Amino acid sequence: MLTVRLGGSLVSRAGGRTEFQLEGRNIMEMLRHLGQICPELQPMIEKNVVSVAVDGQIYRDALLHPLDPGNEIILLPRMAGG
Amino acid sequence: MPLDAKTSKDKKTFKSVGTSPIRPDGLDKVTGRARFGADMSAPGMLVGRILRSPHAHAKIKSIDTSKAEALPGVKAVITSADLPKHKGADEDILINIMARDRALYDGHAVAAVAAIDPAVARKALKLIKIDYEVLPHVTDVDLAMLPDAPLVHPGRYDGAAENEHLASGLQEKGKAKSKRKSTNIVSRYDFGHGDVKKGFKQADVIVEHEFTTEATHQGYIEPHACLANVSSDGSGELWVCTQGHFMVRDVCAALLGMDVSRLRVTPSEIGGGFGGKTTVFIEPVALALSRKAGRPVKVVMSREEVFRASGPTASSSIKVRLGARKDGRFVAAEAVLKYQGGAFPGSPVEMGAMTAFACYDLPNVKIVGYDVVTNRPKQAAYRAPGAPMSAFAVEGCVGELAEKLGMDPIDLRKKNAAVEGTKSSYGPTFGPIGLVETLDAAKKHKNYKVKLGKNQGRGVASGFWFNFAGNTCVNINLNVDGTLALAVGTPDIGGSRASMCLMAAEELGIPYDDVRAIIADTSSLGYNDVTDGSRVTFASGLATINAARDCAAKLCERAAKIWGIPADAVKWENGAAHPAGSNAGNFPPLSIKELAAQAHSTGGPIAGHYEVNADGAGPSFATHVVDVEVDPETGYMKVLRYLVVQDAGKAVHPAYVEGQFQGGAVQGIGWVLNEEYIYGEDGRLQNPGFLDYRIPVCSDVPMIDTVIVEVPNPGHPYGVRGVGETSIVPPLAAVANAVSAAMGVRATTLPMSPPRVLAALKSKST
Repeated sequence: MLTVRLGGSLVSRAGGRTEFQLEGRNIMEMLRHLGQICPELQPMIEKNVVSVAVDGQIYRDALLHPLDPGNEIILLPRMAGG
Repeated sequence: MPLDAKTSKDKKTFKSVGTSPIRPDGLDKVTGRARFGADMSAPGMLVGRILRSPHAHAKIKSIDTSKAEALPGVKAVITSADLPKHKGADEDILINIMARDRALYDGHAVAAVAAIDPAVARKALKLIKIDYEVLPHVTDVDLAMLPDAPLVHPGRYDGAAENEHLASGLQEKGKAKSKRKSTNIVSRYDFGHGDVKKGFKQADVIVEHEFTTEATHQGYIEPHACLANVSSDGSGELWVCTQGHFMVRDVCAALLGMDVSRLRVTPSEIGGGFGGKTTVFIEPVALALSRKAGRPVKVVMSREEVFRASGPTASSSIKVRLGARKDGRFVAAEAVLKYQGGAFPGSPVEMGAMTAFACYDLPNVKIVGYDVVTNRPKQAAYRAPGAPMSAFAVEGCVGELAEKLGMDPIDLRKKNAAVEGTKSSYGPTFGPIGLVETLDAAKKHKNYKVKLGKNQGRGVASGFWFNFAGNTCVNINLNVDGTLALAVGTPDIGGSRASMCLMAAEELGIPYDDVRAIIADTSSLGYNDVTDGSRVTFASGLATINAARDCAAKLCERAAKIWGIPADAVKWENGAAHPAGSNAGNFPPLSIKELAAQAHSTGGPIAGHYEVNADGAGPSFATHVVDVEVDPETGYMKVLRYLVVQDAGKAVHPAYVEGQFQGGAVQGIGWVLNEEYIYGEDGRLQNPGFLDYRIPVCSDVPMIDTVIVEVPNPGHPYGVRGVGETSIVPPLAAVANAVSAAMGVRATTLPMSPPRVLAALKSKST
């Protein structure tokens, strides 16, 4: 199981819940599982407005990036710079 | 060298990288040959002009374009009725470029014309009759959050975020839960860890302040400009000044219902962007006019339009509490951030919240951000979006804490600095970072040792920016004479062509002057993300390095064929193919020029290519030190000396890195000294021009001293980190801390223009 923490607007969308235990071999599978057990987050997942930080590295579109239970995984808002 | 090498350990000594040659586009720019957005023309070209709302908020009851359309010389008139309808994010973009049923801010586009010359176009705009019903408006973020504020989008936001705000306990006391069904508060963002209540109980000293910053504009010198040409078969071309032509292509095609393959976008040279050219404003309008008129249409914004109708940054209202023990260790930190980003959602408050305390290792931290809509133009990115405002507030409190604790401000920051392994305030754990190194270098610098005089003060501030990477695609074509044509897809807004040439030259072992870079159009290269997020030197650089390695591998294959030996028995060194060892045979090296000259007869053209959705962009930290002098008679503030110390990972072109440091610092100085969007009671912008909106000029600033720190980023072959944005994060706080020290009273409101300085001095004396 993956331990996934939430940040940003995802927290209020998830009703204040900040941590989930999820399954998935990569970011895409993890997000799919998250959408199933927390449907309130499904629209944000579908709109691709989340980033995923894995062991300190922020991924914006890398759905196939592999995950394992030892990773620090944090869901954040999708970010952009100037 | 392996093609998948992704560690800085594979490259420690450099020949080209780390030098500062003349930029390839420099001569054209100083002689006027460079072609910017407004410099392109086409046969039969029309002039496009846009009619804009004079009201901050108004219902559009009707638009009558008949007289304008009947005017001789007018070839097309469009309103929102001529544009497709969309839902979701595209709907916001579409409504921002052309109002539908309501004008949402002063300057909001309501109609556009294409005519044979500017005079006819202006006359046509005057003939368009619009029946407005003026509605109540709100432009201030705090006022927009009040329960009885005029609603920017009645019924769109359900009040959930407002109720969370009122229930959070972080707002002003005594407010009841909202009963409204609609609100201007779009979203709430939460970050942090630990228990701040427990943390503050451990604090010996607590500093708490409320801060405000005004909206500022990026101040790019070149206004938005484009030339659109849609043919009768529906295919189109667009020449445009932008930070991301692939984004422009995809957004315009989606908005106008075009196939992506039928729209080719070519970026012009760009006269500054700083984030403000990462979206569309006039481009879909020009394409729609051209499609309707059947002729090319050029649209160029005036400076007034740039101020009223492009995307400035957000204004903010921020509350910060910071607690420390007597020894200086921070034990708790808390912030509430409210940013208004204009008439549509998307203020950069979440990034302000994430960066606010990122410089520090905090056991207990809580940050809440609110995205608020108002009757202002939709904000656009501005260099480290959202971060300078929150750094201004947090670093102001850090500065005051240093005073109260009697500690050196750099020592206090170093005692609490984030390091590798620190759990950041926004969640992830940091990898290798260089904040401590910037603090050490700042303390050693001569500027920090200068003794200050009367009415002078010194300010210190640190700042953080994430840096991004993203989708990137690069081609390298070997020319017949052994020189290289390097095609990248990220518009050059900070000298990136020179940096790309340096990296290609480095990999292939050839002179910098033998590589020439262009920004390829959207039909010539795979998709590239926008030039933003300080990503280009990192991501396009990484792709360039790997494309060069691909090219080198093919050169080795060609040499192997010529020599009749296996390809893996050939290595590439110093601009030539060599046998990899004595067993490979005794062949004299084949230089890149020799291989290029034989290319057509030994297998055909040689090219390198690389495409990637890059990751591994390392974050960057900076520390700024500034000395100012305040004139107590006039309130005039003079910046005496300014130091930027920043981690670049590896400076590919050190002079450009210094330029980025200096540019960010000067923009930040402007944000502190004078720059602000000033709205009247009627909700109209009062200062839409450079005479009344004053950006710093050379006489306002001293030479900006720089120190480049290089803590390699393990995610890049050379250790590169982005440098373009971090430099604007600390200046607001650094200058405000210096002014506060000079005045003897805390500066909490920006800009600190002379009247505000005088008011602060007066408040101190009364």
